[in-house]
Amino acid sequence: MSDDIDIRAQRPLSPHLQVYRPQITSVLSILHRITGVVLAAGLVPLVLWLWSVAYDLEMYECISRFFSAWYGKLALIGWTAAFYYHMANGVRHLFWDTGVGFSKGAVVKTGIWVLLFTVLATIGTWYYICFVVA
Amino acid sequence: MSMDNKKKGSDNLSSPLSKVKGLGSAKYGVEDWWAQRLLALVMVPLTLWFVASTLGHAVYGSPESLRSWLAQPIPAIMMFLLLGTVFLHAKLGLQVIIEDYVGNPIAKTIMLVANNFVCFLCAVVSIFAVLKLHFIDSGVFSSSLL
Repeated sequence: MSDDIDIRAQRPLSPHLQVYRPQITSVLSILHRITGVVLAAGLVPLVLWLWSVAYDLEMYECISRFFSAWYGKLALIGWTAAFYYHMANGVRHLFWDTGVGFSKGAVVKTGIWVLLFTVLATIGTWYYICFVVA
Repeated sequence: MSMDNKKKGSDNLSSPLSKVKGLGSAKYGVEDWWAQRLLALVMVPLTLWFVASTLGHAVYGSPESLRSWLAQPIPAIMMFLLLGTVFLHAKLGLQVIIEDYVGNPIAKTIMLVANNFVCFLCAVVSIFAVLKLHFIDSGVFSSSLL
């Protein structure tokens, strides 16, 4: 198997990032993957938070302090944005899986909807948290 | 389409060496693809429910408010479902990423195994905490008989 890897390492990749201008299609696609990783990483603090409420109130205080500080809030806002983006684009993917929405116009239009939803939902959520609840 | 020459389980076109090397189609993957879609579908309402119900009280609330919320069976069950589906979905998603970007077979194997273990562990730990909060901390089940 290793000789296959060595051969692959020797062959150059056809340039793509240096060649093609970013399109709404490619950017939204990789963003879906990136937000997925961000969301998965953000699950770890969520697990720790749940655990700390049940078993370790000192850890809970520590986590609370982190997420109440400006950098923690920023992280939460970023995670919220990643969540809304991933969910909206995920729904777009589900429609694609049924065969719907593949025309160039539809792809661009639904892509813009996804971005709009992300921005509006993130702003709406955090407006609610900061001004309605607190 | 004639299926006469397709014997189930036998493969007449691969060389023995290629079979030993594991070359060719894995004949597996659709179930992962389908599971990911089903989980995604279920997670749309689940996650939105989570956002709606935790906005405010759990996010910047107190452990007590979280406990009293989880004392009710429906929030506890929904959290159970949410955590289970989230970690399954995350595991499948990360699996695809590892398969796409990691070339070295040893590193790939280690990372795929680690992915499975970590996602499963996180699911168990978080669900365990939810169950503990619901059944024990809520005080709903404390019995004068004990």
